[in-house]
Amino acid sequence: MRIPLSYSFRNLLTRRLTTTLTASGMALVVFVFATILMLAEGLRKTLVDTGSYDNVIVIRRASTTEVQSGIDRHQASIAETQPEIAIGQNGRRLAAKEMVVIINLPKRRSEKPSNVTIRGINEQSLLLRPQVELIEGRMPKAGSSEVITGENITRRFRGCGIGEKLQFGMRDWTVVGAFRAGSTGFNSEIWGDVDQLMQSFRRPVYSSVTFKLRDASDFEALKERIESDPRLTLEARREIQYYADQSEMMTKFLRILGMSLTIIFSIGAMIGATITMYAAVANRTSEIGTLRALGFQRRNILFAFLAESMLMSIVGGFIGLFFASFMQLLTISTVNWQTFSELAFSFTLTGSIVYESLAFSVIMGFLGGVFPAFRASKMNIVDALSTR
Amino acid sequence: MHILKLIFRNALRHKLRTALTILGITIAILAFGILRTLVSAWYSGVEASSSARLISRNSISLVFSLPLSYKEKIRQIPGVKGVSYAIWFNGTYISEKNFIPNFAVEPKTFLELYPEYLLPEDQKTVFIRDRKSAIAGRKVAERFQWKVGDSITLKGTIFPGTWEFVLRGIYYGAEKSADETQLFFHWNYLNERLKKTTPRRADQTGVYIIGIDNPDQAAEISEAVDKTFKNSLAETLTETEKAFQMSFVTMTQAIVTVIQLVSFLVIIIIMAVVANTMAMTARERIGEYAIMKTLGFGGWHIVILILGESLVITMIGCVLGIILTFPGAGYFGNTMGNFFPVFDVSAMTLLLDVAASFLVGLIAAAFPTWRAVNIRIAEGLRRIG
Repeated sequence: MRIPLSYSFRNLLTRRLTTTLTASGMALVVFVFATILMLAEGLRKTLVDTGSYDNVIVIRRASTTEVQSGIDRHQASIAETQPEIAIGQNGRRLAAKEMVVIINLPKRRSEKPSNVTIRGINEQSLLLRPQVELIEGRMPKAGSSEVITGENITRRFRGCGIGEKLQFGMRDWTVVGAFRAGSTGFNSEIWGDVDQLMQSFRRPVYSSVTFKLRDASDFEALKERIESDPRLTLEARREIQYYADQSEMMTKFLRILGMSLTIIFSIGAMIGATITMYAAVANRTSEIGTLRALGFQRRNILFAFLAESMLMSIVGGFIGLFFASFMQLLTISTVNWQTFSELAFSFTLTGSIVYESLAFSVIMGFLGGVFPAFRASKMNIVDALSTR
Repeated sequence: MHILKLIFRNALRHKLRTALTILGITIAILAFGILRTLVSAWYSGVEASSSARLISRNSISLVFSLPLSYKEKIRQIPGVKGVSYAIWFNGTYISEKNFIPNFAVEPKTFLELYPEYLLPEDQKTVFIRDRKSAIAGRKVAERFQWKVGDSITLKGTIFPGTWEFVLRGIYYGAEKSADETQLFFHWNYLNERLKKTTPRRADQTGVYIIGIDNPDQAAEISEAVDKTFKNSLAETLTETEKAFQMSFVTMTQAIVTVIQLVSFLVIIIIMAVVANTMAMTARERIGEYAIMKTLGFGGWHIVILILGESLVITMIGCVLGIILTFPGAGYFGNTMGNFFPVFDVSAMTLLLDVAASFLVGLIAAAFPTWRAVNIRIAEGLRRIG
């Protein structure tokens, strides 16, 4: 015979203040747990979405980012004429020789400068990145001092709105459009004509060559050939791998921080639950004796108290998740140490995070309640009944 | 003094509960201390900067260089005491995991402008004379067990190729805030090779470090420098070293803010735990408080009893937490050590620890106290358990 769940539930209700305090402690822990997972997921999603599996990016050997890389025209033209490259509808190879640099721009609200990536593109660049769509204005004309800005830049940085002018490289650049690229890193970039940008920055080299493969499985052979060609000092990477590598440090930092915080916080919350449950057991000693006398088994008592603790924690879990879900409205914008440039990403809530957070709260409730529940189940009937 | 005895006796009535609560506070204070230390580590560059130095960089951004020819022009500006220059080299040592900040500098002027980097006189002479030499900070030398005379190979990321150096000196920081994790080598060594491999990148520098006589003149001198190179191919942006370092912090401000928020959350969580303990304690003893009131003790006695117990618990936890913060920060600093040059617990952090514990003790006791003081005697006596 089991003790009904409503027994545990109503016990929680009788001591509202204690239950509320313990559950809100749990809620905060779950909130932090979920938020950190959401942050890591948002970062991962942004970077994974930025690359495509069948795109290959070629940069100078030993450089870790496009900004560090430099590819002279001769090498770039060898790289963009590899036979594995797909042919677009316009009959030309789907390959883009691009230049990537960083410029320092002040933010609109705080006036504090940050580093923004500026990418010189050609007409093939857009075909290589189908995620990119123009949301306002028009594309820059080839050969003109015009640029378009990613949606995270348009709003955040001074001079990046449509019709506004940016000043760099001894020229004025007019912003003629804004683009959105899903939830990718391109949203934090400024794009303009590659030849114009190279000219004004006095930088006679490209940064990278990106192209689409005719067949994604050709990658290994292509990589082998590019990297063993004596004329080239380049290395090839799949685009998704490239973007994952770029955030390695940030991901690692978030993971270490997230793990240590979660462990520390959950210990705090479990202590809270243990204190509450020990008190619940101590207060109900004679009640437990009565239950035992009525014929309930030790096992039943154990489960009833465990259920009480887990019920409390799962309520906390739901509250924590509820508030965490609002974090999705926020966008974190920071400089990625590895690329030294601005990257914006949002908190992303996924099904598995919901599941993990709830599981986490149940585990906290279980661990917090298990010792008090054992004490309750170990009680001797006669002793228990004789207290008060 | 009787009341103090009563407070301690009360605190020890539920030994397990008190112990668990103290453990909770200890952990929370430990976490709080480490997080605050993490935040101040973020600002360590700002902390270490000197008001007698200005940094001049390319106004487009740090990835663009400045021509070497600017050096003489800057030196002629009134108020400028000395000029040195440095390039962020970003070479990797063996693998990318071993992050060492490394710069190509003009050694003589650089060491003059950075008096906080102490180098034995003989090592200094050799370093300045030997073009292939490098010096490293004490911490980084310990980390890789380098000795003077060792040869070190860096793999270039910005400047391709492998670069070999001979370690000629290990510098020490004159102050605690000085960064002892860096490696410096000759700008000339880099430049000579660039002249052969990529001439367009030769005779360039990343930043100019400008020593000034009077820190009050910083704004005027910065303006004078920028004016000199206005409308040129490489315009400059000159600011104090502090502002320059601060710009790195503000770029990652979002992360700092998140850490700060979380450090406060940890305090709120522990507040809930302590408040819970105090609420339970006061509820169990409501009958006793009623008896005390009957005997003629005033409301203040009860306030002192509950508040005192709460503070005793939080303060014991606080002290334990502070003691543990030092090894904790040491361990954390080692795991994350490559990111942060300085990872020391500051006096400010300890002060905040105490303040936070005091606040937690105070707030946790507030509601139970209010209830105990305001309950009517008859009602208090009627309530059991």
